[in-house]
Amino acid sequence: MSQVMVMEGSEAVAMAVKGSRPQVIASYPISPQTHIVERLAGMLADGEMDVQYLKVESEFSAASAVSGASAAGSRAYTASSSQGLLLMTEVLYASAGLRLPFVMTGVNRTVSAPISIQVDHQDTMSLRDSGVIQLFVESTQEAYDTHIAAFKVAEDPHILLPVMVCMDGWILTHSYERVAMIEQEKIDRFLPPFKPANFLDPLNPKTWGSIGEENVLMELRYSIQRAMELGKSRIKEVFSELAEITGRDHGGLIEAYKTEGAEIILVAMGSMAGTIKAAVNALRSKGEKVGLVKIRCFRPFPYEDIWNAIKGARAVAVIDANLSMGSEGAVCMDLKAKLYGKTNAPAVIDVIAGLGGREVNEATIQDIVEKAKESLHSDYSLKEPYWAGLNEAIVP
Amino acid sequence: MKLVAGGVVKGGTSLDYKTGSWRDQRPVIRLELCTQCGRCEMVCPDSAVHYVEDVYVIDVDYCKGCGLCAYECQSEAIEMVKEEK
Repeated sequence: MSQVMVMEGSEAVAMAVKGSRPQVIASYPISPQTHIVERLAGMLADGEMDVQYLKVESEFSAASAVSGASAAGSRAYTASSSQGLLLMTEVLYASAGLRLPFVMTGVNRTVSAPISIQVDHQDTMSLRDSGVIQLFVESTQEAYDTHIAAFKVAEDPHILLPVMVCMDGWILTHSYERVAMIEQEKIDRFLPPFKPANFLDPLNPKTWGSIGEENVLMELRYSIQRAMELGKSRIKEVFSELAEITGRDHGGLIEAYKTEGAEIILVAMGSMAGTIKAAVNALRSKGEKVGLVKIRCFRPFPYEDIWNAIKGARAVAVIDANLSMGSEGAVCMDLKAKLYGKTNAPAVIDVIAGLGGREVNEATIQDIVEKAKESLHSDYSLKEPYWAGLNEAIVP
Repeated sequence: MKLVAGGVVKGGTSLDYKTGSWRDQRPVIRLELCTQCGRCEMVCPDSAVHYVEDVYVIDVDYCKGCGLCAYECQSEAIEMVKEEK
């Protein structure tokens, strides 16, 4: 029997990391990520796990340390948030380029200025183009399961890329939920020790990070793109392999929730999906044909799966908890680009919501659904994003 | 040649690349002033100074002409001379 416990989201992540048997952890604290690495340090101190735990002097060093550990053939883990992820950015582009398959938690928090420790997806979005795989989770249980799957995805010989599990700060990291643990022997069977074909070996010297210019760089970039594209089916396989063990199926690259026969479909990522499901249920009980596509895997972007879920709808509202300033929300941009040229594609509106921790509740979702309905009667796709809950009166 | 994912290449190949061609000035050791203290060999970032048959010599295949040896030489026995073709 697997053990079910009530625990904080951060602890659930720490338990998943412990169960995955990393050999190296590099940690530098930042809210709301701190509890995760604090709990892991506690497990080490209490003799519950055997790991090289590096207390480094910055997030730049944390990303560098796990990159080095991974190149040396170790399973490695780190975590950060907000400004910390921005400081890691320079390293993470290189980690992906060097095909170093460590796992990290990107605890979603907005970035300065103004300074705020509240949740939105602006921080991990800054790593959108880095080559790091990004998996988003809705609940604490999904965070636990996804971290274990993430190591297997990262270390797949056809993928070999860092994987970041993105989870909403505070809402998931600091709330207590019921979490079912997976027995250690089942995790061990699912996730055998990391044995890379290439690693830093003094007996067989190899060079990581040598110069590679106009004659090879494009090919190496293309190989990452191809690993991402081919990785989609592998990620789905890993998810279903784990679902078979746990009996919990969170979905594949996306979760399509009540999209069958839906006229209006909302697209979202992260914990907001839980609120949207409640709103969808309420609207469905009133006879409104509304559904949700929750994106679980943002990079690689699962446009085929999204298209299959939304192609029967009349309008799609993409709720972006991020903004590419001067354009629109990043998820909406991706989706609209992939819909270009599709016949009978639904109208798409972009909704900016939940920035800097602004509450997104059922009323917000109902408001967004009303906007989506309006789009059926006008060419909304070409308009600016709709800012849900914006207080126009105080805009400077 | 097919690339390896991550651009991983064979290690220990620095001797295959004769980087001395980057140089625009070369160190010349005046042996009559040299006290054989070995400082030039110690500071050379390219390991291009060697002690061969009781004297220090510059390996011009790898010396990039940075001038650290001349700067550090306490006896002023090393002079940087412009490379000319």
